[in-house]
Amino acid sequence: MAVQTDPQTAGPAPSGPDFSGPDFSGHDSHGHHPESGPRRDFLTLLTGAAAVIGAGAFAFPFLDSLAPVGGPDAADATVDVDLSKIAPGQQIVVVWRGKPVFVVHRTPKALLGLQDTNLTDRLRDWASRERQQPDYVVNWHRSIAPEYGVMVGICTHLGCVPGYVPNPSATDPVANWPGGYACPCHGSKFDLAGRVFQGAPAQYNLPVPPYSMPTRSSLRIGLSPDDLDFDFSTIRQL
Amino acid sequence: MADPLTSSTTPAAMTGIPTSRAPASTLPDGYGPRSRWLDRRLPVISLLRREYVVYPTPRNLNYLWNFGALATVALAMLILTGIFLAIAYTPTAAGAFASVEAIDRQVGSGWVIRSTHMAGASMVFAALYVHTFRSLYYGSYKEPREVLWLTGMLLLVMMMVTAFAGYVLPWGQMSYWGASVVSGAISSLPGIGHPLAVWLQGGDTIGDVTLHRYYALHFVLGFLILGAVVLHVVALHVTGSSNPLGIEVKGPQDTLPFHPYYTSKDAIGVVLFLIAFAVLVFYLPGWLTQPDNYIEANPYSTPADITPEWYFAPFYAVLRAVPSQLGGLLLSAGSVLVLFAVPWLDTSPVHSARFRPLYRIAMMLLVVAFLLLLACGLHRPAGIWLALSRIATLYWFLHFLVLLPLLGGIETPLKLPDSIGRPVLPPRQATISTAGAGLPMPDGAMAQRMEND
Repeated sequence: MAVQTDPQTAGPAPSGPDFSGPDFSGHDSHGHHPESGPRRDFLTLLTGAAAVIGAGAFAFPFLDSLAPVGGPDAADATVDVDLSKIAPGQQIVVVWRGKPVFVVHRTPKALLGLQDTNLTDRLRDWASRERQQPDYVVNWHRSIAPEYGVMVGICTHLGCVPGYVPNPSATDPVANWPGGYACPCHGSKFDLAGRVFQGAPAQYNLPVPPYSMPTRSSLRIGLSPDDLDFDFSTIRQL
Repeated sequence: MADPLTSSTTPAAMTGIPTSRAPASTLPDGYGPRSRWLDRRLPVISLLRREYVVYPTPRNLNYLWNFGALATVALAMLILTGIFLAIAYTPTAAGAFASVEAIDRQVGSGWVIRSTHMAGASMVFAALYVHTFRSLYYGSYKEPREVLWLTGMLLLVMMMVTAFAGYVLPWGQMSYWGASVVSGAISSLPGIGHPLAVWLQGGDTIGDVTLHRYYALHFVLGFLILGAVVLHVVALHVTGSSNPLGIEVKGPQDTLPFHPYYTSKDAIGVVLFLIAFAVLVFYLPGWLTQPDNYIEANPYSTPADITPEWYFAPFYAVLRAVPSQLGGLLLSAGSVLVLFAVPWLDTSPVHSARFRPLYRIAMMLLVVAFLLLLACGLHRPAGIWLALSRIATLYWFLHFLVLLPLLGGIETPLKLPDSIGRPVLPPRQATISTAGAGLPMPDGAMAQRMEND
């Protein structure tokens, strides 16, 4: 038969053993128990350590759940574009990772214009020396196929979307305009290969995303050609 | 003496903080100057010390007194996981089901967060039901703890509404048809029923607007419950805990400081509770859920068998035990609401069922009736299950409306001990105990013996 022999609960009368519970006078403000020696301190430490480790393990799933998940804006998302639907001179805008991407079908006349030294003399970085594009599009047309330009349509000045102004004009938007892009916010200008003009606030060419051409008439934006690689986050200015 | 913070004398004169009211800070010696500085301005250290360290607690609490703390732990888990689920959830009829699937399959660790939330609902109800039956058995609702009881019953009802609203959110077949059945039940109320249902669901049918409302309701109620828990705990700390003997604390000899005695006793319960919780989350995630709720809501096809979550099953059984739509609804709601009146239905001045031989039998039968109703709610209402649910429903109301008021006059209670610390020993037991153990029997232990007789 089990008998509880705790002396604190025993005693017939107030004159007997003390009922007032354990004596805490030996404790200092940090809860040490000098009268019970290092054993209790060790157990307290062990319990505390187990609780801290448990809390850390418990916190992991909550922080993990805040990490990005897949979807149209994910860092590995790709967008396919059918180029056969784009007429010469026409531009379409597709959304890739939440950003507008210009896909422009340049005419032979526009391609000749891109190589004209009268134009390149007016550009800040006509040879694409700044890292604003994958290495495999560092050429005079800043693209894989000359007739198709692919650029992220975000002005490198303050982030507006430049307007498409493809036709040459003597006066509009500036004198001797060869055709290109004009930003509505602060007047930055880019040619049809996304190269920035001098005399306007933007300093860098429009970024070119990684892309490949699975066939001659299709684009896969977000995926570099086989054996090549480009991390879009390494560009100089978005 | 140069640093005023180290002085424990005349703090008002030295700090400029008025003391026209009694000082809220009551720290004893042994606390450093920074603790005192903070505590004079915001007495959190005093408060925690007074309510959770030196707090005098009856020295004879058994493990059934763990369940309030256990329910609080489960509630904390629900709120924490709920916030992170809300971040990943889409509250639209078109997107809800897919977003819940995405939480299970794509969101990092989303499966464990959702599984914890679902198991948490079961764990909190399990803890609350034990907690409630403990209060009923030991008469914890009696004077002076009537308001404590009322806040507890309010919490139970709030928890039920929250659980129901939460169950709608995954927008599976059970979510949709569960909401549909409840709307139908509300509609059956005479007069106000139909307008009330339309008002609640935001249209003539359950749809996108309804889901959005249930989402807001579920989210807000979680935090309102937290507030009601604060009220419940404040009410508890005003009167102090009840105890298995059901007699009030008469002095320091009857109590122990809350820390370390009940912090450690609660900690043991919490560890066991978390083990059971973890088993549900990691090994039995599908055990308490209905497979039909993993089929997206379809307003044109009702599942073959609509079964409620287990914690609603007793009240669902009452609903189906009555062959009348309105009658079933009223009795089902009444089976919960009658609990609010218990402090005034019970006429006996004796708290604990240990000293009430007839009430003790009645309480055992009440637990049996509750478990029977639980089982009946999970089975089709036919044959033996229908008969059992009717008998159990009858006893449920008989117990509260007839037995509780009458037993106070009929029953002869056993003699109560003089105090918690020194129970009066019946001579018979004292003789047996002393003879059996060959030792003088400690009084505190006799209380245990008497209960186990």
